[in-house]
Amino acid sequence: MSKPINIVFAGLGGHGVIKASDIFAQVAFQAGKDVKKSEVHGMSQRGGSVSSDVRIGENIQSPMIPDGESDFLIVLSEDQIPNNKHRLKEGGVLITSEVLTGKLKVKKSLNVALLGCLSSYLDIDEEIWLSEIKKSFPENMYDKNVESFTIGKTVAQETQTA
Amino acid sequence: MNAPIPQKLLLSGNEAVAEAALDCGVTLGTGYPGTPSTDILEHFAKIGGKAQWAPNEKVAMEVGLGVAFSKSRSLVTMKHVGVNVAADPLFTSAYTGVDGGMVIITADDPGMASSQNEQDNRRYAVAAGIPMLEPSNSQEAYEFTFKAFEISEKWNIPVFLRMTTRICHALTGVEKSVSIAPPAKPGYEKNIQSRVMIPAFARPAHVKLRQKLADIEVFNDDSDLNTVTGTDSSFGIITSGVTFMHCREAMPDAKILKIGMCYPLPIQSIREFAKSVDRCMVIEEGDPYLVEAIRAAGISVEGKAEMFRFGELNVKKVRKIIDGDTTEPPAIPRGKAPELCAGCPHQTSFNVLNKLGCIVAGDIGCYTLGVLPPYSGMDTCICMGASIGIGLGLRHSLPREQAIKVVSVIGDGTFAHSGMTGLMEMMYNRPEYGHLVIILDNGTTAMTGMQESPTTGRALDHSNAPQISLEGLVKACGVEYLDVIDPYYDQDRYEELIKERLASEKTAVIIARRQCVISNKKIKAYEKEQDSGCQEGGCDHE
Ligand code: SF4
Repeated sequence: MSKPINIVFAGLGGHGVIKASDIFAQVAFQAGKDVKKSEVHGMSQRGGSVSSDVRIGENIQSPMIPDGESDFLIVLSEDQIPNNKHRLKEGGVLITSEVLTGKLKVKKSLNVALLGCLSSYLDIDEEIWLSEIKKSFPENMYDKNVESFTIGKTVAQETQTA
Repeated sequence: MNAPIPQKLLLSGNEAVAEAALDCGVTLGTGYPGTPSTDILEHFAKIGGKAQWAPNEKVAMEVGLGVAFSKSRSLVTMKHVGVNVAADPLFTSAYTGVDGGMVIITADDPGMASSQNEQDNRRYAVAAGIPMLEPSNSQEAYEFTFKAFEISEKWNIPVFLRMTTRICHALTGVEKSVSIAPPAKPGYEKNIQSRVMIPAFARPAHVKLRQKLADIEVFNDDSDLNTVTGTDSSFGIITSGVTFMHCREAMPDAKILKIGMCYPLPIQSIREFAKSVDRCMVIEEGDPYLVEAIRAAGISVEGKAEMFRFGELNVKKVRKIIDGDTTEPPAIPRGKAPELCAGCPHQTSFNVLNKLGCIVAGDIGCYTLGVLPPYSGMDTCICMGASIGIGLGLRHSLPREQAIKVVSVIGDGTFAHSGMTGLMEMMYNRPEYGHLVIILDNGTTAMTGMQESPTTGRALDHSNAPQISLEGLVKACGVEYLDVIDPYYDQDRYEELIKERLASEKTAVIIARRQCVISNKKIKAYEKEQDSGCQEGGCDHE
């Protein structure tokens, strides 16, 4: 059985960490993967550190990613890197908001742009990503979100070929 | 009822329970908000179930019991510490039994992500004599809810479904593949001997309960609730709940007995399993409940080291348990602690109380964060409603110069939950130097995600409901001073008021009323919906 792909989303409460991981979990699920996602709700959301684990593959067991076994770490605010780095496996990919500095027109859609970055590493149809993004936000934000998603995707593709 | 159409959904354990409750034809879902249980009833209401918040868990348990006395099905939800509040009706409901189905959700919080303790409520099942099922993912959360209703109705007994944080809030795939006979037609049948627990009737009821539990144990041994998977019999694991998933990942081939019904335990199946493997280890999160019960039955098994009693388990910890590795894991940098939001109405209260050198008996809510710097404005926090009693005890016993600095601080929701009796105590057994209670009325149950309560004027689905007046309750108790103030705009006057009321050495209540800044927008939206007649609404988590 192939190993799962593990993705940790991290940031501060209220910044869209859970929303991003919710969207991604649905995307992977719609793409026919087995998905497990878990995080902790409650006190941690009053501006404190928040992280969410998503695992996708064929047959996922634990909903929690063991420390040091994450393939991707997506961080929505830079100051959350030190307390989450240990989640990443050796050679794992760290995706941070830094790559997007100055490129996003709508700062609020950072989480969507980071999903764009992640999409460039995974073999899932863009259509599925966009349809889940559409479902997750008000109608009138869709065009801006598509733009942010595309910026994220392009930036990440450039860094991979560079 | 038509058989459900199988379709795969990605659901949290909480959503799965709510879906199952709807598919089982539950008449009423009732409970009290508390992480990680809150969104069960919210989802139930969203998909069309009838759900309501009770003032506290005890009332919810009683309402649920009443529903089940009418042959209907009831779902009662709460977090682990909520069961402490509901324990009184719970224990005796095992004696009375039920006519319809009654399923009680206890959502435990190992690791205390958002709780004041990490009590293991499997102990409640044993203490009260209430059967308990434990799902290991959302699929089982869905199926076990059906099973729990079946068991409840077959033996006329309330049944616990024990969830933990990683079941409640983990999204996993669910197929709606089970069904159940429709509920009976509601109607009351007189049955005084079973339902009126005077000693003469309770004595035989207890004997009957023990007989039921013995029968349920036999059923459990023969049921498909407990499963054996894996092929390698050189090492066997006995486990339950989400820990099964960690074990399966850590030991992909090991033979594992997953216990789906953890009370009464399927001792015969456990005995056979232990015999079928060379080495047998019990791996469980929290208290050593399984291992103690299994050893008490004379079955020799290995257990985990004491250090693994604390916090959640995960794959790494399971590997360490198996290897007998008790080294401390490397320290990792701590994340940012939560804090009161910018503009939170509670901020001024704790600044002022800290400045005045008060001894603050605190309570449970967002405002518990007032204990952290820069406020450092809380001295005790025990459980829902405890602020008033603790404050009074301090007032009764401290020397005058300290006693007159004691203040009890409690939120509006917590006051409705269990603060009122404390207020009666304050008036009935008045401390010599009086007492001051501050009710922080932010108009919502903010910490669990903006739920409604009897004092907000809105029901669980945010539609209009009668609003119970805090002022009216305080006045009815005959408190000597009652003031209502905006703690944010009237900061200076607020500080003066607290000083005056403390100096008066009388009984006083200050209602510090200002809407939670985060809920403000949502509440405006609810009000607009009410005006336009639309009742749709839901709550997200961030
Ligand atoms: S959610 Fe509301 S009550 Fe809670 S800290 Fe924020 S503003 Fe204060």
